[in-house]
Amino acid sequence: MTDPIIKFDKVGKSYGSLKVLDGLDFEVKRGEKVTIIGPSGSGKSTVLRVLMTLETINDGVVYVGNEPLWHEQRNGTLVPAGEEHLRKMRRQLGMVFQQFNLFPHMTVRRNIAEAPVKVLGLSRQDANQRADELLEMVGLADQAHKYPHQLSGGQQQRVGIARALAMRPKVMLFDEPTSALDPELVGEVLNVIARLASEHDLTMLLVTHEMRFAREVSDRVCFFDKGQMKEQGTPDELFTAPKEQRTRDFLKAVLNG
Amino acid sequence: MAWTEYLTPLLQGAWVTVQLTVYSTIFGAILSFAFGIGKLSPNWLIKAVSVGYIEIFRGTSLLVQLFWLYFALPVAGQAVGLDLRLPPVVAGVLALSLNIGAYGAEVVRGAIQAVQKSQYEAARALNFTPRQALFGVALPQAIPEMMPPFGNLAVQNLKDTALVSLISLGDLAFRAEQLRNFTQDSTTIFTLVLFMYFGMALVLTAIMKLLERFVGRWRHASN
Amino acid sequence: MLFGFEWDTSSELAFAWSILPILLIGLWVTVQATVLGFVVALVLGLILAVLKGAPSRLISWPANVLCEFIRDTPLLIQLFFLYYVLPEYGLVLPAFMTGALALGLQYSAYTSEVYRAGLQAIGRDQREAARALNFPSAHTFTHVLLPQAIPRIIPAMGNYLVSIMKDVPVLSVVTVLEMLNVAKIIGDRTFDYMVPLSMVGGLYLIMTLVASAGVRLLDTRLPKQGLPLK
Repeated sequence: MTDPIIKFDKVGKSYGSLKVLDGLDFEVKRGEKVTIIGPSGSGKSTVLRVLMTLETINDGVVYVGNEPLWHEQRNGTLVPAGEEHLRKMRRQLGMVFQQFNLFPHMTVRRNIAEAPVKVLGLSRQDANQRADELLEMVGLADQAHKYPHQLSGGQQQRVGIARALAMRPKVMLFDEPTSALDPELVGEVLNVIARLASEHDLTMLLVTHEMRFAREVSDRVCFFDKGQMKEQGTPDELFTAPKEQRTRDFLKAVLNG
Repeated sequence: MAWTEYLTPLLQGAWVTVQLTVYSTIFGAILSFAFGIGKLSPNWLIKAVSVGYIEIFRGTSLLVQLFWLYFALPVAGQAVGLDLRLPPVVAGVLALSLNIGAYGAEVVRGAIQAVQKSQYEAARALNFTPRQALFGVALPQAIPEMMPPFGNLAVQNLKDTALVSLISLGDLAFRAEQLRNFTQDSTTIFTLVLFMYFGMALVLTAIMKLLERFVGRWRHASN
Repeated sequence: MLFGFEWDTSSELAFAWSILPILLIGLWVTVQATVLGFVVALVLGLILAVLKGAPSRLISWPANVLCEFIRDTPLLIQLFFLYYVLPEYGLVLPAFMTGALALGLQYSAYTSEVYRAGLQAIGRDQREAARALNFPSAHTFTHVLLPQAIPRIIPAMGNYLVSIMKDVPVLSVVTVLEMLNVAKIIGDRTFDYMVPLSMVGGLYLIMTLVASAGVRLLDTRLPKQGLPLK
C-alpha cells in the first residue's frame, strides 16, 4: 500500500548542454496529492511531460505502478520501451495542459467522448453518457454542443479536465492549469480541481504558481530547482518554515510579487 | 457569321473543359492527400516515392508531361510489348491530375505540418495511435487551411485544361482555334473565349469558397 | 537533321547523345523566353500594382478586375489572342516576342500581388513610426518601406521565374522553337518520342531544381530585417 505509484530513480534529461532533470529522485504515493513548485526552468513541467511520455529521458528509470515507464524488461535487462509498452503505460495517466489543447474542430462533448470511443473501444452512446456525466461534474452540462472557441478559457480548461478524466486514469497530471487564464477565471478551475482532490482517491500531481491553492489541496509540496528536488514537506512545513535558503528566496519572491 | 453562331460550338467545347476540370481536380485532390501524407510518412520508401513524385511533376512542365504521356509512353510500351496508347481524354486527365496533384501534395503536407504540436501532444496524452492522431485530430484541422490554396489550384487546373487541345481533345480552346481557322474572326472568338474561361473561373472560385465554408463550419459556430 | 545536326539512331544512347546539342539550342531559346517574359512580368506587374493601389476607386477597381481577368484566363488563349488579334490592329511582332509578351502579361497578375503583399507586410506600424518621425512620404518609401520590402519580394519573384520557365513550352503553339517543340519535331521525324521527350523532362528537372535552390539560397542570404542602407 505504501508502494509509490510514481518513482523517478536518478532521472536525467538534457537539451544539449542544458540539464533539465539532473539525477532526479522523486516519489508519489497512491492517492497522494502532490504539488511541485519552483522557478521556471527548474524542470517541474518536464516531470509531468516525461510521465505523459511527451518527452524522453536520457538517464535513470521512471516507474509508474512499479513498472518502468520508458523501459521494458528483456532478458533481465532494461531496454528502451517500444510504442506498445508506452501505450499500455499511458493508460494510467491523464494530463491537463496549460493551453488546454482542446480539439478545436470537435464539440465539447466530442472532445471528451472521442478518446473513450477510439482508444478504449466504448460505444459512441456509452462514451457520450460518460462525457455528459463529467460535464455535469465540471458544471458545463449545458455547453455540450458548443465548440471550444465559443467557451471562456476557464470553461475550456474544465472541459480539458473532463476530457482527461474520461479515460479513467489512475494519475492525473496538471501542468500549470490556470497559468493561461484571466485572473477572474482561475477560481472556477481551481474549484473543480479541489473537488476532485477531496472526493476521489485519484493520485494527483500538480505544477502551479497558485501557492494558496497548493497549500489547500496538497498532501505534500515539493520545491524544485535546477532539475532536482531541493526540499519537500507538508504544505505547512514548506510554506511556513522552509529549511533551505533557496526555497525561502523563491517563496518570498512569489508571495510578495 | 454573327458572334451568336459561335456560341453553340464554343459551349460544346466549354462542356468538355468543365468535365476535364472536374475529373482532374478530383483525381488531383486524391493524389494530393496520398502523396502529401506520404511525404510525412516515417516509412522511408513511402516518403521517397512521394518526394520523387512531387519533385518530378513540379519540376517539369505540364505540357512536357502531357506530351510524354501521349507521345512517348506508347513508344516505351512498344519496347516492352505493351499497348500504352492512351486516348487523348485519358492522357489529358492523367497529366492534369498528376501535375496538379503534385502541387496539391505540398499544400497538404504544409497544412498538416502547420497543425500545432500541442494538438499532437493532446492526442498522445489521450493514447490515440499516430494514425488516429493524423486522421482524427490533425487532418480535420488542416483541411480548412488547405482550401484557399486548393481554390487557386482548381482555377490553375481549369486554365491548364486549355493545353489538352494540343493533343486534339475538343475542349473550349480547341473549338476556338477550329473556329478561328474557319472564320478568321480572331478578335470576336478569342474575346468570347476569354470571357467564357473567366466566367467558369468565377463559378469555380465560388464553389471552392462554399466548400471552404463547409469543411471549416466548426470555425464559424457562434453563440 | 535539325539546326544542321544529324541524329544517330543506331542505339538509344547514341540517339540521345546526338540530339543533345539540338535540345540545348532549344533550351537556350527557353531561357531567353523565360528571362524576357520575366522582365515584362516585373514591369507590367509594377504598373498593375500601382494602379490597384491608386487612391481613386475609378482607377483601382478596373485595375483589380483586369488583374483578376488575366489571372483567371489561360495563358494559351491569351497567347492566341495576342498572336492573332494584335496584327489586325497593325502591330506585327515576331512569334517569340508575342510569346514573351503573353508570358509577361499572364504573370504580371501574379507579380503585382507580390509587390503589394511585400509592401503591405511591412504594415502600419512602420508607416506610423515614419509618420511620427515626420519623414516625408517619399523618404518613407525609399528609406523605410523599400529596404524592408525587397528582401520579401525577391524570393517570391524567383518562384515565378521558375513558373514562367515551365510555361515556356506553351509558346510552341505559335511556332517558337523552344526545347519541347524541338523535341517534338525530332519525335515526329524519327518516330521515337521517348528519348527526346524524356530528355526534355530531365533537362527541365535539372533547371528547376537548380533555379529553386538558387531562390532558396537567395532567401537565406537576404537579411529579413531589411537591406542595410548606405
